[in-house]
Amino acid sequence: MNKLSLIDLLSLVIRRDLVLAMRRRADVLTTLIFFVIVVSLFPLGVGPEMDMLRKMAPGVVWVAALLASMLSLGRMFSADYLDGTLEQMMLVPQSLSVLVLAKILAHWMVSGLPLVIMAPVLGLQFDMPTQALWVLIAALLLGTPILSMIGAVGAALTLGLRGGGALVSLLVLPLCIPVLIFGAGAVEAVVSGTSVGSHLSLLGALLLIALVFTPWVTALALRISME
Amino acid sequence: MAINWFKYSAPSTFYGVAGKMVPWFSWSAAILFVVGLYIGFFVAPTDIQQSEAYRIMFIHVPASILSMFIYLVMAGYAALGLIFNTRLSSMMASALAPTGALLAFLSLWTGALWGKPMWGAWWVWDARLTSELILLFLYLGFIALHASIDDPRRADRASALLAIIGSVNVPIIYFSVQWWNTLHQGATVKFTGTSMHVAMQQGMFTMMLAVWLYAIAVTLLRVRCIILERECKAQWVSELVEVRR
Repeated sequence: MNKLSLIDLLSLVIRRDLVLAMRRRADVLTTLIFFVIVVSLFPLGVGPEMDMLRKMAPGVVWVAALLASMLSLGRMFSADYLDGTLEQMMLVPQSLSVLVLAKILAHWMVSGLPLVIMAPVLGLQFDMPTQALWVLIAALLLGTPILSMIGAVGAALTLGLRGGGALVSLLVLPLCIPVLIFGAGAVEAVVSGTSVGSHLSLLGALLLIALVFTPWVTALALRISME
Repeated sequence: MAINWFKYSAPSTFYGVAGKMVPWFSWSAAILFVVGLYIGFFVAPTDIQQSEAYRIMFIHVPASILSMFIYLVMAGYAALGLIFNTRLSSMMASALAPTGALLAFLSLWTGALWGKPMWGAWWVWDARLTSELILLFLYLGFIALHASIDDPRRADRASALLAIIGSVNVPIIYFSVQWWNTLHQGATVKFTGTSMHVAMQQGMFTMMLAVWLYAIAVTLLRVRCIILERECKAQWVSELVEVRR
């Protein structure tokens, strides 16, 4: 049997995870509906004045995206852990980091990408201008993968623990603060007419740092949790 | 003669050494606390701008500095434990965490008490306050992760990884919060420490040293308890005088 190349492995794991996710569509939808509901609750809580809502919109959408991505973290490794697949995955001759990266990417496609697509619609509810909506999409596109990546470390550390769901939020949310600041900051910058580029560049830089380090750290964390 | 650096990394030898060191550290901490508070309350002059309220600084500044420093020390011990697989380093890391969290909390609490008369608000979303709050969250995350894993070895290694990630992330968080703050509002009230009176400096350094020694004493006490808990099945523990009693 010839050895799989890294790219083959990457696409194989992504396809597998996507197929598994598509067979349980309800899970994907729950995250999305949670996101929509949380965002819709804010106007009910603070009142319907459009000026205030317009001002709050970037922060609200970002915080809701952050919470929604926490919700789906538990599923990233737990199913594979429970049925023993993860143990087999750790025995493959290829790098575990690449395998983890594939799982993170698949997780983002299932739980992050729908949020990005849904966000502009919610932005309209808050009367955001068109230009701000485009920046919101760009910032979310750069930012949500980081949330999945940092979240993967938390999910790996809390694998198989009781009360893992609340614990993973406690671990991961403080680490996600820079993403929240720059993501919401980018949208606010376009509204107030200052430079958007700096925020998006910083988000991009964070994405690259996360891309390099988190798969490796997650692989380490998985080894600690599985031994 | 080669020095055996690892002699005291065995919990059984360190237990006794720590026990001998605790009284020294706690007594010197207590004496320095008394001296520092005396200088702080009676010797240091009243500040022109802030009148008597500034005196909370003698608790606030040492607590803030130590809370940050302890996180680094904790991450360092955690990394040592992860790399060399030494049990004692991980025990030290988990012994440091509660003290660090306590000092971070104290720093926020005294900061609020200081902020009310100076800034007119208990809480300002200033970069330093916000990052101190996040530091407290990081401590709590470390403690919570360690507490929720039953197997002590796995708990040590998992929380060590978390502490290292946290220490890498602290500068990123600090700068992002600072930029976020300057984007939102202009410079907030800044503490100008340049023209500090000599007595104030002396008081602060004494208090800093006192808090430092206190932190060491408490950590050593706690690590002794952790050693006893973890090693309760070992032969040497059952031979200890205090255990046999």
